[in-house]
Formats: sequence, structure tokens, C-alpha cells
Amino acid sequence: MMLTKEDVTKTVHDIYERVREKSFEEGDMLINALHAIQDHYGNYIPLEAAETLKELTGLPLSKIYGVMTFYTMFSNKPRGKYVIRFCKSLPCHVRRGRSVIEALKGKLGIGFTETTEDRLFTLEESSCLGLCGVSPVMMINDEAYGNLTPERVEEIVDAIVTRERSDEE
Amino acid sequence: MAKIKSLEELTKIKEQAVKGLKMRDSGKKGKIVVAMGTCGIAAGAKDTLRAVVDALSNLNVEDISVVQSGCFGLCDVEPTIEVHLEDSDPIIYGNVTPSNARRIVEQHVIEGKVVGDLIVKRGEL
Amino acid sequence: MPVVESTVLICAGGACISAGEKSTKQALEEKLREYALDGVVRVVETGCMAACDLGPIVVVYPEGVFYQKVTSEAARTIAEEHLLKGRVVDDYLYKSAEGDLRRRPQEEIPFFTKQVKVATRNLGVIDPLDIDEYIARDGYFALNKVLTEMTADEVIKQLKESALRGRGGAGFPTHLKWDFSRKAEGNPKYVICNADEGDPGAFMDRAILEGDPHSVVEAMTIAGKVIGAERGYVYCRAEYPLAIDRLNTAIERAREYGFLGENIMDSSFSFDIEIRIGAGAFVCGEETALINSIEGKRGIPKVKPPFPATNGLWGKPTLLNNVETFANIPQILLKGGKWFSRFGVEGSRGTKVFALAGKINNTGLVEVPMGTSLRELIFDIGGGIPGGKQLKAVQTGGPSGGCIPLEHMDTPITYDALTELGTILGSGGMVVMDEDDCMVDVAKFFLEFTVDESCGQCTPCRDGTRQMLNMLEKITVGEGSEEDLEALKELGEHIMKTSLCGLGQTAPQPVVSTMRFFWEEYLAHVHESKCPAKRCKSLTRIVIREEKCVGCTACARVCPVDAISGVIKEKHTIDPEICTRCGACLEVCRFDAISKVSP
Repeated sequence: MMLTKEDVTKTVHDIYERVREKSFEEGDMLINALHAIQDHYGNYIPLEAAETLKELTGLPLSKIYGVMTFYTMFSNKPRGKYVIRFCKSLPCHVRRGRSVIEALKGKLGIGFTETTEDRLFTLEESSCLGLCGVSPVMMINDEAYGNLTPERVEEIVDAIVTRERSDEE
Repeated sequence: MAKIKSLEELTKIKEQAVKGLKMRDSGKKGKIVVAMGTCGIAAGAKDTLRAVVDALSNLNVEDISVVQSGCFGLCDVEPTIEVHLEDSDPIIYGNVTPSNARRIVEQHVIEGKVVGDLIVKRGEL
Repeated sequence: MPVVESTVLICAGGACISAGEKSTKQALEEKLREYALDGVVRVVETGCMAACDLGPIVVVYPEGVFYQKVTSEAARTIAEEHLLKGRVVDDYLYKSAEGDLRRRPQEEIPFFTKQVKVATRNLGVIDPLDIDEYIARDGYFALNKVLTEMTADEVIKQLKESALRGRGGAGFPTHLKWDFSRKAEGNPKYVICNADEGDPGAFMDRAILEGDPHSVVEAMTIAGKVIGAERGYVYCRAEYPLAIDRLNTAIERAREYGFLGENIMDSSFSFDIEIRIGAGAFVCGEETALINSIEGKRGIPKVKPPFPATNGLWGKPTLLNNVETFANIPQILLKGGKWFSRFGVEGSRGTKVFALAGKINNTGLVEVPMGTSLRELIFDIGGGIPGGKQLKAVQTGGPSGGCIPLEHMDTPITYDALTELGTILGSGGMVVMDEDDCMVDVAKFFLEFTVDESCGQCTPCRDGTRQMLNMLEKITVGEGSEEDLEALKELGEHIMKTSLCGLGQTAPQPVVSTMRFFWEEYLAHVHESKCPAKRCKSLTRIVIREEKCVGCTACARVCPVDAISGVIKEKHTIDPEICTRCGACLEVCRFDAISKVSP
């Protein structure tokens, strides 16, 4: 799907207005706006959005890019429909997270920061997800999966793929 | 909802809510609490919740309410549920897979027998 | 007087009695007398253990072995095998529904009995979406008290008496923070709750926000009243979507009841809270970086002083506490500061929530009085190490902390005692590691983390940690030298002295701490190119022992990278070039044919 500049400008205007209504400071709402824009476009922020934000906020473009690139959760590259964030912190590591990561990479056929060809999955590393009690863990979009084993991650991926295929039909 | 403006109003709500927590005057015979913290959900609590609701409805049990709570801390045995029947101590069960959830509903809620092998704790937290 | 070495609990609940508990007890006692064990084994009848379908039930302490369906015949066997010879009797051992043998936790296991819950008192007890249930547990009564009875001075006095110190990591006395921001000049003022919990292994703040969000809303509102702020922010990390949802609901309900908004509880005080969501930057847990992030900027720390109490959000006086600190406050104000300070020890008062993770049986969240020993926390409450392994170290304080070895397990957990051991209490995450974990690998792991999360502003942190990581990488592939170890130490000292914020100032800590307690392990890596824990990938190989392999193909099927070749019923081999040392094959081999070796 190609995005035209006009579309993006209008969408970002609407989103910014919505964010403004919910904020009680007239100050800087840049990060909240970026979250809302990323949610809207499905896991990424089109670069054109920065131009519109520049007009809306009066901030220099350099600052907007600076913020967008500082935070690891914002992406300017289109990502898969499902962003898999695998926790790579110590509790997951000592509870055999490595073998799960290998299985997941093998299953998807991609490495970290890559997206599958069908644009269904993007694999990312995450800092601690705070689910150490059921480690190793990962999140797929906002859904958490714990007590992972090499077999279980394969089942989880299969289940999503099956669901997506049946939705298509 | 009306705003609370005084200690009297706050105390009144408390008294009502305490009854609710203890299930007096609620018209229910008991409740099942499913721990729905993210860790519980990551361990499968959503499927557990579904299984509890389905089992109750399949067995036509209507006087048991199903509610959720945060996690009480023992992640190792997630998903956990608490079965609290009127006039008896609450029982917390661990490792409640959907099939275990059905077993708990059938054995504990219907037959009144505690499911020994899944107990994590008996009594109030 | 003879020493009582074992205690045998026999359930004497109605169901067990009907299942034959009396004859079980009699048979057991007869045998104990026969073996002259009646002086060293104590037999105690207990109340119902609630596992009525498994009776008669017998639990043997100190091991905590749980036997089910113990007939008098079984009791005689247990007396002979377990109590005399020290061998657990598998035949009567509790079996879970899944069929795995395990030593089942008894009803009142220390996991529950040793806890004292203040900050986590409502977790798992109330429905976090139902404000009435929070009120049923005395919710918003502290707010009412502060609005109607207490002056700001009195609130601060109670906090001072409670001796509560910040639970986020630094341990700064809470009453001082409140007092500073109250006395600071400037208008408006702000209250911020730091919910950017990022230390690997810590998850109490998430659990509190998910399970008892109103406690934080109430405490922040109280803080607003005391310091004279009308606005509060909760800065929550984006990794916690459920916590954000629950908190949002709590804020809405609190507004409906008039605990937030204009004229709270019909008083002249107004206060409201907004949530700000992080976007994946660990450094934002540092208070000045967090403030920058709320202002919509890159989350980079500022030089302190000035402190947020005087120059915080938008340059205004700001009170910043973390989630767990706030969650304690309503209870302290209801029960009094002295009540809270009765728990704990000098310098570290009250209770503290700990997150148990890693190689420990009862992973989870526990709240205990400060000063509880590590041993009690890890072995009694945490249930010890799985798989019969030895504890090697407990990591505390995340990337700013260090590793505490087995020999220091009797240390009481206090701010000072942990500092003396070269680590910090931090936010309370405890990652337990066993003999299979390599301490050099752990140090490297944290340096990778710091390199990733350094904001890049100051050179010691940005470039220094990168250099430390390079050296550690050299060491873990067996190419390091003793000079590298010296250089690591020296560079670490410089980084600690010259970095701008807490992240850099503490980043070398995991290396310094592991070097202090596990120096031999570092030496093995540099002198012998050997990883004693067989964890470092380049120094370890996984091999199949020919004489034991039967060719069942189980290992080849689980290998995620297809490094194992061989046909059915013939010996298999592992290609070390492809093998990632993940160890999946080790777990599935039923013939003990696969092992890890480090040359």
C-alpha cells in the first residue's frame, strides 16, 4: 500500500488532535503522538509523519528525528504485522533462553531486526519484559507468552500463521 | 457514579464492598478468581479463564461468579485460580491448565471435594 | 537432650483419619523405636493439609518430602528407607496430575508464612478493576485522613518515623524527598511516579500496577496534597501494556468517585494524573532522563544538582518516587510510621518486595521484612535450586549490581550489607544462578546490556563500556590475557568515577563484583582457555559419547540448527561449527550420551 503525503498529513493531524484532547499539558506531546501514529500505521512511523509533526509542534525536524531514533520501540521501517519481542535479559538467559531463540530464528527463517518475506513477523530483542517468573518469555504485539520451549515457540508461530491463512480465505 | 464527599460515604461503600468480597447478600454461592497478571496470561491464564467459564456453563452452574485479580506472587505455578465457596476456606490452585480447570470445577465446585494434587494454598492470602 | 533431626508431620484431618491415619502413625512410631530413632525423629499430628483425596498424608522435614496414601505398610518402608537410610521412597512420593514426581509444597509452605505484605497486600486478593474492592481493603481512607485530619507536617513526620527509603534502587529517605519538594519554591509543582522498571529480573512494579493500581493513585494524590501539586504523571514503560490498561481504568474510576479531579472528597484540593508511556529506553528510569522523556525529548540524563525536588519537570519542583515506594504509603499513614519501622533492622526499615527469578524453584514475588537473610529468601521462601544443583551466586541490582556467592548467603538483606558485598539492593530483583552459569558470561551479558542502553551522551559510558565489552568478549573466546583483566579493572574504575549519571557510574559493577568473588573463573578463561561452567560458547563443545548413543534420533529432532547428523539406530555426531551450544539436545537424551566439555 502506497501512502500519499496528503493522506499521512491528514491522518497525523487527526491523531495529534486526539492526543491533545487527552493531555492536560499544552507542552510537549511528541512521544505520545509518535506512539499513536505508530499504532495507527501498524508498527511503524512513516517518515512523512515527521514533516507534519514539525508543522504541528513547531519543533525542528532534527529534534523529531532525534526522538524517533532514540527510542528503540519506534521504527521508521515498516515492520511485520506481528512484532515478536524476545526478552534477552539475564533470567531468560539462565533459563535456557538461547535454545528458544535459536528455535524461533530457525522457524521464522530470520534473525533479529529482520522481517519475514510475507511481512507477517518481525523479530526483535527486548530488554527485560518483567515476566521473569515464567521465563523465557516473549511478547507478540501486546500478548505475552511465557515458559517457552523450542517446541512451544514453533506451535505459537504455527497457530498465528494458521489463523492468518484462514482469515484470508 | 456519585462522587464520594465524606468519610461516612466512603465507609458505606466499604461496608457494601466487604460484603461483596465475603459474598454475603450477593446471591452467589461462591466465586472463582483467576489471577490475570501478565505473567499469568503469559503462562496461559486466558485459556484457563475460558475453560472455567465454559465448564461452569456446561454444567449449568449459575451461582458462582468468575472474577479476575492481579498475581499473588508465585509465578512458578501459574496459571493460578482461587476457588472460594460460601462458608469454607478459599483454596488456591496452581498449574491450572484448561483440563485442570475443568477438573477443579467438576470435583471442587460440583462435588465439594478439594483437588489435592493442585493445591498451592488453603486459606486467605 | 537428643537433637531432633527430622520432623514427620502426619495429617490428622478428618479425611486422613478416615483413611487410616491412626494406624499409619502407630506403625511409624513402632518402627522408629525399633531403629532407635524415636529420639531424633519427632512425629507431629497436624490439622488438615487440605489435600484430602491423597490421605493419609505424611510430610518429612527438613527436606519437605510429601508422601501420599501412606498406609501402615508404607509408613514402615518410609521409616526404614527415608528416616533410617536417608533415601526418599519414590513409591509413595506425591505425583502431580501430569505424572511428574515432585516434592510437593505443603499447604503452609514458607513461601507464604514468612512473608509480610504491605506494598503487595492486595495483590491477588482484589479485582484491580473494581475500585469498591480496593475500598473494602481500606482504600482511600488514608487519603481521607490526609484531607481531613493531618497536616502536611504530620504526614512527613509519619514518613520520617516509618524510615521508608526509596524502593527504586537508590534508597534515598522518602520523607526528605517529600519535604524538599514541599519546601521548594515554584509553581506549579508535580508528582511523578517512576514506573519505568527496567532492571533485568525485577517485576514488582508491574505486578503492583496490574494487581493494585489504586494504591499508587491514592499515594500520588496524597503526595500532591502534601507538596502542593495539582498534577501527577505516571511514567510507565511500554513493555507493560496490561499495567497501563489497569492503571488507566483505576484513574477513570477514581475520577468518578471524586478521588481525582476538582475538589477531591469535597475539599478545596484538586489533583489529576496522566500516564506517559516510555518507548524502550532503560536509561529513562534515571530520574532526570525520565523527566526529559515526559517533556517529549530524548531520554538523556542531566547533571545533578540541581535535583528534581527543586528543578524537575518543566524546571518546576517535582517529587519523584517509584511504584513500590508509593504503594507503601497509604498503609503507613493508616497504621502509623512506627508500625512500619517495627519491621526490618537499623538503617533498613519496613518490608521490601523481591522478585525471585532464574534457577530457583519458587519463582515469583515475595515481600519480607528487611534484614531477612539471603538464605531464608532463596532456600526457605524460594524453595532452593531446582534439579539438585548447587547455588553459585545471586545477582542483585541489575546492571548496576553484582553477584553474591554461596558463602555469603547468611548476609541479612539491607542496603548497607549488600553495598559492603560490592552490589546494591537495587529495585529488588534477584536472579539466582547455579553451577552451570559462568560468571564471566554474566558480566559480559550485563556489559552488552549497558552498551545497548547507554544514551551516548558522555564518553566514559558510551566508549568505555564498549571497550570493556570488547575485552570480555576476548576473554570468553579464550583469547584474553592477564593484562586484559588488569585493564578491565582500571577502565572500570575510570568509568565509575567519570560518568555523568548512575547508569555509567555503576556499569562496571557486574565486572568488578564477579572479579572479586570469582577471580579463579576469570583466570581459567585467560590461562587455560577454559570455561569451568561450560557455558561460554567458544570454549565449550557438546559431544555425543559413542559408547552410550543408541541412535534414537531424539537429539537430532530437537536441534534447532540441524547440527546433529546420523541415521536411526546408528551413532550420531554434532558438527561443532554449526552447533550453538544451546543445550536442547542434552535435555532430551535419555541415555546420558550427550555432554558438555571445555578443553
